[in-house]
Amino acid sequence: MPTDVENWKSEVYGNEIREHLFRFAEEGFETIPDDERDAWFERFKWWGLYHQRNGQEGYFMMRIGTPNGVLEPGQLRVVGEIADEYARGPGTNPIFGESYADFTTRQSIQLHWIQLSDVPAVFEKLEANGLSTQQACGDSWRNIVGNPVAGKDGQEVIDAWPVIRDLNETFKGNDDHSNLPRKWKVSVTGSADGSGQGDINDLAFEPAYKEIDGEDEVGFNVRVGGGLARNEPRLARDIDVWVSPDQVSDVAGGLSALFRDNGDREDRYNARIKFLVDEWGPEQVRETLQEEYVDFELRTAGRDVREEYTYNTGEGERNDLIGVHKQKDGTNFVGLNVLVGRMGADDVLELADLAEEYGSGEVRLSQRQNVIVTDVPDEELDDFLAEELLEHYSPDPSPFMRGSIACTGTEFCSLSIVETKNRQVRFARWLKQHVDLPDDVDEFHIHLSGCTASCAQPQIADVSLRGMKTRKNGEAVEALDVGLGGGLGDEPQFARWVTQRVPVDEVPGAIANLIESFAAERNEGESFRAFVDRHDDEELDAFVEPEETDYEDPMMHNTKMTWYPYAEDDGMDASPPTPADD
Amino acid sequence: MTTRLRILDDGAWLSVDDTRRVSVSELWRLDSTEFCDCDLADLVVENFQAVGVDGPTVEVRVYGQCITCGTKSTTGWIPVGRIVDGEFTDLERESVLSAHSEG
Repeated sequence: MPTDVENWKSEVYGNEIREHLFRFAEEGFETIPDDERDAWFERFKWWGLYHQRNGQEGYFMMRIGTPNGVLEPGQLRVVGEIADEYARGPGTNPIFGESYADFTTRQSIQLHWIQLSDVPAVFEKLEANGLSTQQACGDSWRNIVGNPVAGKDGQEVIDAWPVIRDLNETFKGNDDHSNLPRKWKVSVTGSADGSGQGDINDLAFEPAYKEIDGEDEVGFNVRVGGGLARNEPRLARDIDVWVSPDQVSDVAGGLSALFRDNGDREDRYNARIKFLVDEWGPEQVRETLQEEYVDFELRTAGRDVREEYTYNTGEGERNDLIGVHKQKDGTNFVGLNVLVGRMGADDVLELADLAEEYGSGEVRLSQRQNVIVTDVPDEELDDFLAEELLEHYSPDPSPFMRGSIACTGTEFCSLSIVETKNRQVRFARWLKQHVDLPDDVDEFHIHLSGCTASCAQPQIADVSLRGMKTRKNGEAVEALDVGLGGGLGDEPQFARWVTQRVPVDEVPGAIANLIESFAAERNEGESFRAFVDRHDDEELDAFVEPEETDYEDPMMHNTKMTWYPYAEDDGMDASPPTPADD
Repeated sequence: MTTRLRILDDGAWLSVDDTRRVSVSELWRLDSTEFCDCDLADLVVENFQAVGVDGPTVEVRVYGQCITCGTKSTTGWIPVGRIVDGEFTDLERESVLSAHSEG
C-alpha cells in the first residue's frame, strides 16, 4: 500500500506546489487547513521549505540549492541580505546571534525563521539573482555536489562544472524526474582529490580515463547506491560504466528514471536506491539501465584515479580545501574555515565585500561546511589574508576548529535527538585550549550528527558523534555514541561505533583521553585512521575514556522538548505565537 | 469522528490530527521480557515504526535500545495516549509502560 507521502505526492507535487505555496503565503499561514498540514508541509519541502519543529509553529527553514556550491559574483551578498532581512525569529542564538546562514555538507545554504508570508518576496529576490530553492529538499534531484573549485582547480582531471550546470538545468523542474520514491543525491567530480565525496551519494560520477579508438579520453566512471542515513550506511557501488562528458546527462537521467520506476514507494525506509542496489546487485542495475533506459551501448568502466584521493581520508595532503591553493589560471583560491558551517548575516555581507575587493566576487562552498574565495591574484593575497574577518574565518585554523562539522540539531530540526551546533563549537573551543595533537598531525575531523539521518556525515570522520540519550545520576540527559576511524579515499570505510551513550559533558574528556592514548601508542608517523584500523573495538572503547572535566554543557537536558534550547524560558508553554501575517 | 494518526519526519514523530505529539529521544521504562532480559528495560526511543489503535488507546511500535543492557530491537505495541472526545491525551510515559505483541 502506498504511504501517506506517496498519496500526497500523487495529488499535488513538483512545480505545481508553488502556486499553492504562494496562495497560502498570500492568504495566511492559518488558512492551511488543520487536516492538511502534514501533507502541505511535506510538499513544501520540494520548494526548499521545511516547517521548523514543535514550538516554532509557522516558521520555516529555507534551503537554497547552489549547484556544486558555486555562488557567482553578487550571489553571496543576496544570501546575506535575505538572511539579514528575513531569517530572524523569536529565538536568539547565544553564539551566532539573531540572523545567520548555514553552509551545509551538501554545498547548500540554509536559513531559519523564515515566515510563509515572506516566501514570495524571498523567491523573487533569489530568482532575480539566479538562485533557487527548487528541489532543495523533497523526493527528487537534490543539489548536485562536487569539487567546489571545479574549473579552477590546478589538480583537476576534467572540468566538471559544465556537466553539473547541464544536469542542474536538465533535471530541475523536469516533470519526468520531479517525483521520485525518495531523495536523489548526485555527485560529479572532476578532480583527483575525491572532494566530490561520490561514495556517499545515490549517484556518483568520478573522473576516469578510457581508451577510445587508441586515444585516452577523460570522462567519468559511474557508481550507484551510496548514502549514510538510518543506520544503514552504504558506499556507492561500481556498475562498470564509463561515460564521456556529453553522455552524463543521458546516463544520469536513465538511472534517475530507473529509480523512479523501481524504487520502493510502499516503505520510505526502504526507498533509497541503495536498497535497490542491495537487492539487485550492480550487474542488474547495469543491465536494466542498458536495456530499458539508454539507447546507446554503455562502455565498461575506465581507469579511475581513486588512489590519488585525499579528501577526508584521514591522512596525506588536502583532506579539505582550507588554506591558499593555486588555480590553473595562476590566481589563488582561499579556503576559509567556518566553524560548524554557520556565519552571521553581517559576516556573510562582509565576506561578499572582501570577495569582490580581492577576487572576482565569486565564493564557493565545500562539503566540509566551509567557504572558498576564488580568483585572488598573488599581489592581493597578503592584504586579503590580513583582513580582520579572516581571524575568525581562518585559512589556517586549529585542527579542532578545522575538523568540526555539525548538523542543525534540535535548535530547529524535528529529527535530531540532541543539540548540536553550539555544542560542537564549545567542544572545538575546549579541545583547542586543552588538547595537543602530535606535532605531525594537523587535521583531526570530528563530525557531530544529531540523529541517524547523518546530515553531518558522522561515519566518515576520525571521531564520529551521534545523538543519543542516557541517564546520569538517574536523570535523562543528552548523550553521544562515539565512532572512530571513518574516512573516504581509495578504500573508504565507515567509522566503527565503539562506545555508546557518553553523557555530553563527558565527551570532551573522552576525546582528550583518546588523543592522549593515540599520541602515546601510535607507531611513528601513523595516522589516526591507521591507528584505529589496527585495534579492535574493545581496545578502542578502552581508549575512549569518558570523563568529566572543566567543560560545562548548558544543554544536558532534553532540548527536544524545549521550544528553543537557548531561550531563558525554554519550556513548550513559552512557545511564541504563530507569526502574524503581514 | 476520525483521528488522523501517522508517523512523520522519517520516524521521528507521531503525528495526531496533523500535530506532532510524541517524539523520539524519550526514555521509557518498559516492562517487556520480549525486548530484552532486563527486569525493566530503559528504552531510548530512536524511531517510530508503526502506529495503531486498540479501542481508544493509541499504540506504537518503536525501534530503540535498552541503555542498561544495550539490546537494540523493535518493541511490541506500546500505549502512548488515548483519544477522548476526539482529542489526544498523553499517557504518563514517565511511569512503567507495557508492550504486547498483538496488533
